[in-house]
Amino acid sequence: MKRTGVFICHCGINIAGTVDVKKVAQELSQHAGVVHAEDYVYMCSDPGQNLIIQAVKDKKLDHVVVACCSPNLHETTFRNASKAAGLNAFRCEIANIREQCSWVHKDRAKATQKATKITKSIIEKVRRDEALEALSVPVTRKALVIGGGIAGIQASLDLANSGYEVILVERSPSIGGHMIQLSETFPTLDCSQCILTPKMVEVSKHPKIKLMTYSEVQDISGYVGNFKVKILKKPTYVNKDKCNLCDECTKVCPIVVPNEFDLGLTGRRAIYIPFPQAIPATYTLDIKACPGLLPIACGKCADVCDVKAIDYDMKPQIVEEEVGAIIVATGFDLYDKENMAEYGYGKIPDVLDGLQFERLCSASGPTKGQILRPSDKKEPKEVVFIQCSGSRDPENHCAYCSKICCMYTAKHAMLYKHHVHDGQAYIFYIDIRSGGKGYEEFVQRAVEEDGVLYLRGKVSKVFEENGKVKVWGVDTLTGKDIEIAADMVVLAQAMRPSQGAQELAKKLKLAMDKDGFLAEAHPKLRPVESVTSGMFLAGAAQAPKDIPEAVAQASGAAAKAITILSQERLFHAPTVAKVFTNLCTGCGMCVEVCPYDAITLKDGKVEVNEVLCEGCGTCSATCLRSAIQVKNLSQNQVHEMINACLGG
Amino acid sequence: MAEEFEPRIVAFLCKWCSSAGSDLAGVSRMEYPANVVPIQVMCSGSISPLYIFSAFNRGADGVLVSGCHPGDCHYIKGNFYARRRLKMVKQLLEYVGLEPERFRMSWVSAAEGTKYTQIIKDFVKELKPLGPQTKLRRTT
Repeated sequence: MKRTGVFICHCGINIAGTVDVKKVAQELSQHAGVVHAEDYVYMCSDPGQNLIIQAVKDKKLDHVVVACCSPNLHETTFRNASKAAGLNAFRCEIANIREQCSWVHKDRAKATQKATKITKSIIEKVRRDEALEALSVPVTRKALVIGGGIAGIQASLDLANSGYEVILVERSPSIGGHMIQLSETFPTLDCSQCILTPKMVEVSKHPKIKLMTYSEVQDISGYVGNFKVKILKKPTYVNKDKCNLCDECTKVCPIVVPNEFDLGLTGRRAIYIPFPQAIPATYTLDIKACPGLLPIACGKCADVCDVKAIDYDMKPQIVEEEVGAIIVATGFDLYDKENMAEYGYGKIPDVLDGLQFERLCSASGPTKGQILRPSDKKEPKEVVFIQCSGSRDPENHCAYCSKICCMYTAKHAMLYKHHVHDGQAYIFYIDIRSGGKGYEEFVQRAVEEDGVLYLRGKVSKVFEENGKVKVWGVDTLTGKDIEIAADMVVLAQAMRPSQGAQELAKKLKLAMDKDGFLAEAHPKLRPVESVTSGMFLAGAAQAPKDIPEAVAQASGAAAKAITILSQERLFHAPTVAKVFTNLCTGCGMCVEVCPYDAITLKDGKVEVNEVLCEGCGTCSATCLRSAIQVKNLSQNQVHEMINACLGG
Repeated sequence: MAEEFEPRIVAFLCKWCSSAGSDLAGVSRMEYPANVVPIQVMCSGSISPLYIFSAFNRGADGVLVSGCHPGDCHYIKGNFYARRRLKMVKQLLEYVGLEPERFRMSWVSAAEGTKYTQIIKDFVKELKPLGPQTKLRRTT
């Protein structure tokens, strides 16, 4: 009979407060094959681990079960301790009696009984566990970064400067993201373009970075250290190596569509360069706007191009790449206009969102940095800024705080005052959240130096009247209703995950939180890792955040990616499928269901490629003869676990 | 007074979504009845129909299978196989005369601790009036 040792952790009172650990130990000591059962206050402590090591040696244990917290937390700790005692690490298993028992029950007798059953089922499993050694696989020492905003740029540069090759994929024609649209940045009032463009140029010139703009990730397969990626390169119809940026093509193009870069405040041609500092510096023919190439309906741009850079025959291309780690930095979009009818957003021309206001303030913007309202190009003398537009409103809009709006609204009001000295800025707010270095002082500066008037309360309605934008609101500090006949209203729209992020998350098998932001592996301790090994998160794709935070997270994600890329080989879980060839009839059903193409039929029997197999076990549930099983979670093991769960 | 019937339930939870969701319920200190003993499997797609019969055979009053939401499977498509396969199991169980309420499938993501808690509460509540499951229980 194999000798099993069971160790029950009190976790202080986290477990022992609800589960009678002594009783569990007593009962398990009677279980068949258990030769050692003891409880201890903190099994994960050094003395706790030493208890395991000592018991394995003294009692010649073949298997160890630790009944404690979730295996996600201390499985590695206890497997390492078992290994240190000379036991095979895969013969140590965790019984989760905290998250799935003591923390969710109050009745001590019932919780104790349940903890005993959970532990017994793991004892039955571990008794049948094989000794396994981790499989070692080579690492592709190259990274993929998805998203060319500040987070993606920073992550790419950090990786490339550490000596690793990077493929940076951006779906729009230029990198830069939303940061390149901003005018100044809080709390220093640095010019956004001035601090970002050097990084963009560095990306474009870096020998280790392969920049793929106007491209989208189409498909991903593989696993940590060895991903295979298919990238769709959309045709720009302009050969960027030939293009000399003469701008003749846009002069002849007859089509005008709203300019995305200026959020529709200006128009652009069907052939266009997104903004003067675009990287790569080249033009793109927007095929959706162009009158058509099949057959060529207009052809004027090609006619005027002296260097023959325009190529109407350019086709979409699928580029296949292999990478070892992936960083997802897909950023944010503003909350949809259609959702904010009460504020007239999208209907009243002088109701703008925060990004549009940035463009108005920007020296490169539609008004060359003059603040003029869109409807009549006059300087607005009274401007109302509305914070939490769509944020912190669980009944109607987004429940969460978009985090950056308090700060950028203070900045907007300040910039407005710097442009229009005799103007008045009003800010409607719920609370001011100015946590961050220099942030509180920045808000104070807006109030004290620039005379911005803060009104604590929500706006109920915004409507047009006599050429003004009327704002009805309430000041909850004085209890008075407020009516302002403003010239312009700026909404601090909530941040949402960028459009298409959900589809990408599905392709990458990344989890999302309830609001659609990408979920981190642990909210506190693994904030830049995704739940999928080898994929990391950076920037506003994970949650609303400002530039310094996005940059910090990007560097963190790059460092995490380097922990993989710097390895010669990675270790792959050996709990993979195993074929019992005497039972296999070669029907091939498992071959068809395997999501990883890890099973092949050869000479009438199936074979498993252990490196490709992820151990999901779909094959074993499909096989009618139980001829394919996952190591250390065989059907026999599960049947015995079921039996133990039911007290048998 | 006779003790209230407490159904015995086995829950097969996939490691990546439902077991993690169940962990979250614990971390958030949500409370639910102690009738369920969880078994963590890698994927709902690995749950053989035999497991369900085995559980009823050994006296389970209810069996729960919970995996990632359709489309969100950690292993790409395992939960689609599970859905198809276990729907057939459910029909078979009904065919042999077992109350359909005794077998339940759900989709619980790693972020849905509240949903997991609610599923357990509802399941236990539904099973109580049915009394012990004897139809498929091994008697010898």
